[in-house]
Amino acid sequence: MELTRRNFIKLGMGGLVGGLVLSSVPNAIKLFAQTGTGKLSQYGDVTINPAHYWRFVVDIRKCIGCGSCLRACKAENNVPLQPEYNRTWVERYVVDQAENVYVDSPNAGYDGFKSEYMNLKYRDLDIRTTFFVPKLCNHCDKPPCVAVCPVGATYQNSEGVILVNRNACIGCRYCVQACPYGARYFHPTLKIVDKCTWCYHRISNGLVPACVETCPTGARMFGDIRDPNSSVSRAIQGEATGILKPELGNQNKVYYLGMDKGVK
Amino acid sequence: MNFIYPNEATIQWDLLIVIYPFITGLVAGAFIVSSLYHVFGLKQFKPVARFSLVTALAFLLVAPIPLTIHLGRPERALEMFLRPNFTSAMSGFGYIWFIYLLLMLGEIWLVFREDIVHYAQTAQGLKKKVYSLLSLGVYEVSEKTRATDHRLIKILAFIGVPVACGLHGYVGFIFGAIKANPWWSTPLMPIIFLVSAIVSGVALLIVLYVVVSKIRGVEVDRDCVHAMALWLGGFLSLAVVIEGLEVFSRLYESETSWEIIRQLITQQIQTSYWVIQFGFGMLLPLVVLAASVLLKLEKKLRLSLQFLAGIAILVGVFAMRWNVVIGGQLVSKSERGFSSFSPPFFGQDGILTAIIILALPFIFFALITYFIPPWDKRKPLAEQRVLDYQKISLG
Repeated sequence: MELTRRNFIKLGMGGLVGGLVLSSVPNAIKLFAQTGTGKLSQYGDVTINPAHYWRFVVDIRKCIGCGSCLRACKAENNVPLQPEYNRTWVERYVVDQAENVYVDSPNAGYDGFKSEYMNLKYRDLDIRTTFFVPKLCNHCDKPPCVAVCPVGATYQNSEGVILVNRNACIGCRYCVQACPYGARYFHPTLKIVDKCTWCYHRISNGLVPACVETCPTGARMFGDIRDPNSSVSRAIQGEATGILKPELGNQNKVYYLGMDKGVK
Repeated sequence: MNFIYPNEATIQWDLLIVIYPFITGLVAGAFIVSSLYHVFGLKQFKPVARFSLVTALAFLLVAPIPLTIHLGRPERALEMFLRPNFTSAMSGFGYIWFIYLLLMLGEIWLVFREDIVHYAQTAQGLKKKVYSLLSLGVYEVSEKTRATDHRLIKILAFIGVPVACGLHGYVGFIFGAIKANPWWSTPLMPIIFLVSAIVSGVALLIVLYVVVSKIRGVEVDRDCVHAMALWLGGFLSLAVVIEGLEVFSRLYESETSWEIIRQLITQQIQTSYWVIQFGFGMLLPLVVLAASVLLKLEKKLRLSLQFLAGIAILVGVFAMRWNVVIGGQLVSKSERGFSSFSPPFFGQDGILTAIIILALPFIFFALITYFIPPWDKRKPLAEQRVLDYQKISLG
C-alpha cells in the first residue's frame, strides 16, 4: 500500500482505536470476574460473605489518656516516632460552662497528658466536662480513601479492613486528602501512605490489635459483631453508639460510647 | 485555640500541585482560542490560530512533570496507566492527557503539513532530514489534499473542545469531589476551574503574542489582540460571577463548615484571596479591559492596557490555584484550626523547582517554533514540483 496522506491517517486512526480497545481487555476481564463472584462496589472488592464482621468500639468514658495505645501501636507497627506520624492518637477535650470546646493532643498523646503544663493549661476556665477521645482509622464500609486511589493500592479486603498495598502505592497522597478523619499519613522514608490496619497480622491470628491489648482500662475493644459474646457485642448491648462525622455517609466501623456532641 | 489532627502537621500537596492545574488551565484556554478560529470560524483569531496551538502543546508537554516529581514513588508513575482504578478521578489523568496529546499532535501536523513539506523540499542537510521525518513520508499537496486537511483539522479541533473541557473540568473534579474538605467540596469546582482555565489561557496568549512579536520585531495585529481582549472580558465576567457565587452561597447557607471557611478567607489567605485573586486578578483587569474597549484610546495605549490586564489575570489565576490547593489543606479536618505552609526555595518541592517547571513550556515553545514557525508566510507550493518530487522519491 502506498503511504499517502489518506492511508497514513487511516492507519494511524486504526492503530489508535485498536490500541485503546486492546488495552482495556485486562480490565474488562477483571470487571467481568468481579461481577461474577461478588458485589461490585465503587469501593473495591466487597464480597457478600466476609469471614468476620469486625468492629472497633471506643468507650470514651473509660479512656484516661495514658497514651499506652500509641506507644504499643508505634512499637508494634514500626510507625515513625515523630508526632506527625500516627496510626492512632488521643485527643483531650475540655468543655467549659459557656460550651466552648478546647481540644489538644500534645505529641499526639504519646506521652499522655500528665505533665504540669497540661494539668494547668485550662486552670482559669470554668470547666463543665473533660474527656479523652482516642482516634484511629474508622475502616469505613464506604471508604472515600479507597475510591480515590488512582492505582487501587488501598483497598477494602473481604473482612472490611482497609489496607494499603505497599508495593503498589505511588505516593500521590490523594487518599490523605480524601480521609475526613486525618487517619492517614505519608511515611517519611518509605514514601508511601500508611495507616491503621487494625493490626491485621494480629487479628488474622486470633489476637486483638496492639492498642486494644495494651489499654489498661478496656476503653478500646475489638471483635466480631456477629458473635454475641464478643467484647464489642457486649459493650454496645443496651448502649447508644456514635460515629465520627456520620453526615458524610462513610459507614464507619469504629463506634464510640459516651460521645459528646462536640466530638469530630 | 488552634487544633489540627496530629497527622495534618505537614501539607501533602505542595507548590508542585499548585502549578499543575495552573499549567493544564493554560493548555485548555490556549487550545480553545485556536478552536475559536478553526471550529467557530472567528476570523479575527487567524493571526494566533497556529500560535495558540503551539502554545497549548508546549504547556501540555510539561503538565505531567510536576505531578510525577511530586509522587512519593515516581518510579511507579506509569502504574496509573497500567492498573488504573477507575473510581478515582486521578486515574483518568494519563488517559485524558494522552488522548489530548495525540489529538493536538494530529491537529498541529495537519495545520503545519504544507509548511513541513515545503521545508523538507527546500532545506539542506540535517534540517532536511528532520523535516522529512516530520512529514511522515507524506508529501502530497494539492487543492484536494488541502480541502481534506481542512476538514480533518476542523474535526480534530471540534473534538478538541470537549476534550479540553474534559481535561480541565476533570482537574476541578479532583478537588470538588473530596467531601472531606469543605473548601474543595462543591459541584461548582469543575466549572470554576474550567472558566478560570479559559481566562488564563486567553490572557497568556495576549501576553505571549505581544512579547513574541516584540522579540521578532514585527507589528502586533492589534485587531486580533482586541478580539481576544473582548472574549477575555466575557469569560472573566463569568469567572467573577461563579467564584463570587461560590463563596456567597456558603456565607448565605452558613453550614457547620462556614465558620472555619470564614476564618480561612479572613485570617489565613485573605491577601491571596481577596486582594490578589479577586482584586488584582479579576476586578482590576475587568475595569482595565472595559476601559480599553469603551474609551476612545490611542491604539498603542489600548494594546498596553490589554497586555497589562493579561498579566494581572495570569497572576490572579495563579493565586486562585494557590488558594484552592493550599487553602484547602490549611483547613484542619477537625474544623478547629489551621495548618501552616510556606514553600522552601530550594529542594524538590521548592520555589526554584516551580520556576524551572514554569519556564519549560517557553523553552518548548521556542524549540517548536524554531522548526515550525507559526507566523511564517510561506509561498504556496507549485503542484507540479510536488509531483516531480514524489517521482524522484519513489525512484
